Amino acid sequence: MDGIHDLGGMQGFGAVAHSPAEPAFAGRWEAVARALMMLVSGAVDASGGEFRHSIERMDPGHYLTSSYYEHWLTGAATLAVEHGLVTRAELEARAGGRFPLSGPVLAPRVADAGPGVGEPRFGTGDRVRVRDWHPPGHTRCPGYVRGKAGTVVRVDGIHSVPDIEAHGTARRHEPTYSVSFDAADLWHDGQHGVTVHVDLWDSYLEPA
Amino acid sequence: MSEHGHHPLPVSPVEQRVAALEALLTERGLVPEGFIEEITRRYESEIGPLNGAKVVARAWADPGYKERLLADGTVAIAELGFGGPEGDHMVVVENTPAVHNVIVCTLCSCYPWPVLGLPPSWYKDPPYRARMVREPRALLAEMGCPLPGDVEIRVWDSSAEVRYLVLPQRPPDTGGMTEAELAGLVTRDSMIGVARL
Repeated sequence: MDGIHDLGGMQGFGAVAHSPAEPAFAGRWEAVARALMMLVSGAVDASGGEFRHSIERMDPGHYLTSSYYEHWLTGAATLAVEHGLVTRAELEARAGGRFPLSGPVLAPRVADAGPGVGEPRFGTGDRVRVRDWHPPGHTRCPGYVRGKAGTVVRVDGIHSVPDIEAHGTARRHEPTYSVSFDAADLWHDGQHGVTVHVDLWDSYLEPA
Repeated sequence: MSEHGHHPLPVSPVEQRVAALEALLTERGLVPEGFIEEITRRYESEIGPLNGAKVVARAWADPGYKERLLADGTVAIAELGFGGPEGDHMVVVENTPAVHNVIVCTLCSCYPWPVLGLPPSWYKDPPYRARMVREPRALLAEMGCPLPGDVEIRVWDSSAEVRYLVLPQRPPDTGGMTEAELAGLVTRDSMIGVARL
């Protein structure tokens, strides 16, 4: 989905609030939120794709104004409600107020994952173009490279396609590639000497 | 001490929501005893950037190890006993006088947990994720890492299964140092690529 999580290249955010070091958890609630997501994901057998998508579906305003572990909490609670572990009414009664959850899944469940790809279609040095598409469900294809051409710099292993695994129990496996894009081609701003590498599944790509 | 100081801080709405979900899942028997404490302990004390610093120091001290590390990061990092979730497919990218590498995850916050620990807040926040792929030279300078114009910048967006570790350049005048001393020079930021040593 073209969600708020797909932040690469967005403008207007200002300075990075850098700190040289910080504790793993700012407070106990962050560790609890992390643990609860792990427990819910395990209880409902959520794939990595379904886990990530539960956060991507957050209301954009909420996403941008809440911290990382509030994202995890919201995703965990959303999955818990969607899979029938708890109800929203129970959550709000216990919390003593509103309990915002993520929005609905916009893509249909995947019944047939289609054939996987066992052998890489592309090799190092090949020119490829990213499909210019707008899938309604989960994807790991960032918006800022769609329709752009780049060069394969590394062929990695065969991995489950997130777009499939986020939407049911079907699975498809494909190679992933690291594709190098000239930043000037991405942003048309004349910058020099910058390449941006994005790791992409086979079905995100076509020959250029 | 003000009268105000005698009262505990109010529990924030997000803490109330966490407590609500925790209570409901506990009632359903889904929270094993000690699980939350174990998660806290694991991420606070077992993993962290000290692991990555040992990897970097070994690569600086041992050319054979460096060669293996750049050829297969996962296997070479496992030689030092590090691995696990978010570290199963490691790629190590080497900084040189001519090339600077920096890692980001624009879609979420993917990060090599076994060697760097959990990601810092700023790595997970929108400004870093939005800007590092669009204007890395300007952002690096803003973060205290100005690079000469002729240094190539390679940004690595961790969008699939690979997790990246930057191998920083060994600082000058460190020839006589032991591996442990070298590890003490390596910062988390240098292994993300937002600082040079």
